[in-house]
Amino acid sequence: MEIKKLEFKKQSSTALTDQNLRKALRNTTDRFRASRKRAYDELEGFEDLRNRAREIKKETIENLPIYLGMLEGNVIKTGGKVHWAQDGEEACRIIVEIARENGVRSVVKSKSMATEEIELNHALEEAGIKAVETDLGEYIIQLAKERPSHIIAPAIHKSKDDISRLFSEKLSIPYYTEPEQLTRVARERLRSEFLSADMGVSGVNFAVAETGTIVVVENEGNARLSTTVPRVHVAVMGIEKVIPRYGDLSIFLPVLVRSATGQKISTYVSFITGPKRKSDMDGPEEFHLVIVDNGRAKILASEETRESLYCIRCGACLNICPVYRQVGGHSYGWVYSGPIGAIITPQLLGAEKAPELPFASSLCGACKDVCPVKIDFPKVLLELRKRVVEGENKDGRGGEAGLLERLLVRLWRISMESKTAYSLLSTLSYFLQFPWLSKNRKLSSLPYPFSEWTNDRDFPAVAKIPFRKRWKEISKI
Amino acid sequence: MRQQNQSKKKVSLFITCLVDNFFPQVGESMVKVLRKLGVEVDFPVDQTCCGQPAFNSGFQHDAKALAKRFLSIFQDDNCYVVCPSGSCTTMVKIFYRELLKEESRGLELADRLASRTYEFSAFLTNVLHVEDVGASYSGKVTYHDSCHLLRELRIRDEPRKLIKSVKGIDFVEMNLHDACCGFGGTFSIMFPGVSISMLEEKIISIVESGADTIVSTDMGCLMHIEGAMSRRKIPVKVMHIAELLASEL
Ligand code: SF4
Repeated sequence: MEIKKLEFKKQSSTALTDQNLRKALRNTTDRFRASRKRAYDELEGFEDLRNRAREIKKETIENLPIYLGMLEGNVIKTGGKVHWAQDGEEACRIIVEIARENGVRSVVKSKSMATEEIELNHALEEAGIKAVETDLGEYIIQLAKERPSHIIAPAIHKSKDDISRLFSEKLSIPYYTEPEQLTRVARERLRSEFLSADMGVSGVNFAVAETGTIVVVENEGNARLSTTVPRVHVAVMGIEKVIPRYGDLSIFLPVLVRSATGQKISTYVSFITGPKRKSDMDGPEEFHLVIVDNGRAKILASEETRESLYCIRCGACLNICPVYRQVGGHSYGWVYSGPIGAIITPQLLGAEKAPELPFASSLCGACKDVCPVKIDFPKVLLELRKRVVEGENKDGRGGEAGLLERLLVRLWRISMESKTAYSLLSTLSYFLQFPWLSKNRKLSSLPYPFSEWTNDRDFPAVAKIPFRKRWKEISKI
Repeated sequence: MRQQNQSKKKVSLFITCLVDNFFPQVGESMVKVLRKLGVEVDFPVDQTCCGQPAFNSGFQHDAKALAKRFLSIFQDDNCYVVCPSGSCTTMVKIFYRELLKEESRGLELADRLASRTYEFSAFLTNVLHVEDVGASYSGKVTYHDSCHLLRELRIRDEPRKLIKSVKGIDFVEMNLHDACCGFGGTFSIMFPGVSISMLEEKIISIVESGADTIVSTDMGCLMHIEGAMSRRKIPVKVMHIAELLASEL
């Protein structure tokens, strides 16, 4: 899996010209935001729950090897198998292997960010195994051969029209416009896939160390079908998805669901502990848990940014983010988008692969305010910016900042380190601005890079007498 | 902080480089209001910039040098440090401690400075306990929550109380009052398209509120908002809260 350098600036510029996309983004994020707020206001003590959720995450992440070990032991005890994967390729290899051993020809999948991350569909396809996404949003994306653009609403960027056209083209059906008709078609198609699949692949919302139970939260019921109908069930999770105790779910389930969709409880919550037992009527004969690192251990090692691993993938930060709202998920270039994408993508892929992402934020901090586990986004973003500039090694060299940029910052710093130089710079700017000064005492067409500002906004003029010069007069009064 | 020589409070002005060079009248208004409230005001003339632009751009090394310089200038523990900007106050109050966390002496100085540094509107309401400074202004006014002030310093009601106490004001809350205006320092130049889309949503919200004046606590945001409104010839007046509070004093 070779990932090119991600180009936020280029992709976001294209996204900004797409009026349909922007309308869709506004509508959906507004709706999610409003319902989250309602759910938040209704529930007394939500703030306490968030604090508690953060504490548990902190405890877990600080002691991750212990809890993962416990999880492994308990999954095995209940008859499941546990596999560890260093990276995406290894994870895919393991899953393809499981499929081969079981003579699997077709796989049903329920939405999982981890399998998006490791590009499992591609690997299965290469191995000659058919993989069908069964979450409606993911199904749409798969038909369109695209990537999801939102953690919990993968097809958020598509309008009803887009979907009608897509369905009619790819599924050879009439151009239906009613969402009910479209959903019915998808459901019918998927039903037969569920029945014929030999293997089901799911994500994991939480994996309980104490009992070896994995928990899957969803609204459509497709995860429940994917995990119970086929003979084999493979669950894929990042190492950070483990939680210590069963009781912790009473904290995480309400904060996840309320933060994500503003529901009080989601339609389906599946608790899966091992494969089918003798006494069970149905369920898979085999249960495999694939635990993926794929760059997470590196995040774990950094005290400054470790909290990025607290994320429970609720999507609230995307919905509140004014940048995401303008440019959508694809601008972020990889599976994770919005504020959480801006902080974990450069860490998982390496700062050199995504040097723009830590800067793709106005640092407004709205994400920090809604995050159910209170990730301090501005703090993490600032640390990542530093890494981009200075390089990941502590010697402060070899970062992505260009020579010119470094030089400018250094010059700026030198002039800020002396009162005289500062004063000089300010007087100089006052005189330098004249050629660009318009009648209304504004600067409206400055040269590059300031033109990036003045193309659409005026810039104020430098004052003739700055405050520090006026102070002499003022102080006398 | 140490006990102040009671009755008269002393303030060292922390004038941001933006206010100093582009909006000196905001600094003057601040002085006017503070003096009216019986505060002794001083301006440490050696100050330049707190280092925020470098810090936000990832140049922490350079920011650190400026932070140390700043700490040495604002050393007098008997003075409050008051600043007309939420984001520069945040830099000093919160991020200096982050920046200097590995240096015990620096950290101690940063801690002490943090405890006596205030954003202007918070200083008036939370230290001087004043809500009505005696100003008057006639107009329909709306308020923009600057991000750092709101989310790092948690100051939300203070400026509103001050604005509402001004005689003659009709206060109206706009729809997206707490949404970022898209400034974000260098963000507005690095990603101008995204920045302007954010700004446009903000301006729609301002115009829809029907206000004739928009007030905020940070010249960064205000310069951004005004820059686009003047380009689009939208006749809404932009004012720093210090200017509003100094009206007809
Ligand atoms: S970072 Fe926080 S708000 Fe964003 S998806 Fe993760 S848990 Fe949700």
